[in-house]
Amino acid sequence: MVVSTERVDTVVIERDSLDGDEVALAKPDGPLAAVLLAAGIGAFALGLFTTLAEASAGFRERLVLNAAVGPLSGKTVWATVVFVIAWVVLHVMWRERDRILRSATTAFVVLTLLGLLGTFPIFFQAFAPE
Amino acid sequence: MQLTDRELWTLIHGMGLGALFLLAFGGGLAGFYSLRPEWLTTAGIRERIARLDVGTVVMAVVAWLTVITGTWIIYPWYRAAPPEGTTDLEAYPRSYLLANENLADWHHFGMEWKEHIAWIAPYLATVVAFGAVYYGRRLAYEPAVRRLLMWVFIAAFAVAGIAGLFGALITKAAPIL
Repeated sequence: MVVSTERVDTVVIERDSLDGDEVALAKPDGPLAAVLLAAGIGAFALGLFTTLAEASAGFRERLVLNAAVGPLSGKTVWATVVFVIAWVVLHVMWRERDRILRSATTAFVVLTLLGLLGTFPIFFQAFAPE
Repeated sequence: MQLTDRELWTLIHGMGLGALFLLAFGGGLAGFYSLRPEWLTTAGIRERIARLDVGTVVMAVVAWLTVITGTWIIYPWYRAAPPEGTTDLEAYPRSYLLANENLADWHHFGMEWKEHIAWIAPYLATVVAFGAVYYGRRLAYEPAVRRLLMWVFIAAFAVAGIAGLFGALITKAAPIL
């Protein structure tokens, strides 16, 4: 028996049986798109804060939430806050939406790559004042 | 064979939490890869999903604990400034590395990269855990979603691996005593 592995968007009006169990119903991809994009936004925020902290002593000082940890405390706390807020907002907006995972994935890849760039020392240290 | 409190926390952070995340990755990736209806019975899918759900959630929690312990417990010891006039800098790893021209890049590059990139791992691990729990058994019938989660999982492993590698090497060059 050939089993198709492609996504099937059908309304189950009769119980489908497969070895005595039912096939799980399709789910909208909005919630996954929301957390995915939020992670990209959080990663981007971290890269942005890291680079800005290197470029501006004033910004760097404002990131110090804990003296022992230094500016890293603010970078990580605020980036995480951005991630959580983005997730909540996007989840509320997209929880019933479907077919948006592809575009969310594209945005996630771009934002995460920018975040990785912004946290790479050779890059952000280039913005340090001379 | 005694460990100081600082060495114990460094062990928990690196060899406990960090290593657990990296080691569990292999099992998780195999779990995602093998979740195919053409390879498994429905009972097998149910069993695999339960394990995948627990495994990815635990890994996400471990990733968060790793970066939190690293940033808020161990990092302050690493970056503590020595009192003026201190000549033996071994108790002050950051200053110790920066004082030696041959070791300075372990901080300028190694620690600067590790302390930032590590925080992306829990964001990605959270995506993977959410995806596994949200889709549940449906994940077996959504190959594109499964592939996406696998790649995000691999990315989480890669950034955690970079952080772990530099953590191990920096600890070797300037241990937290």
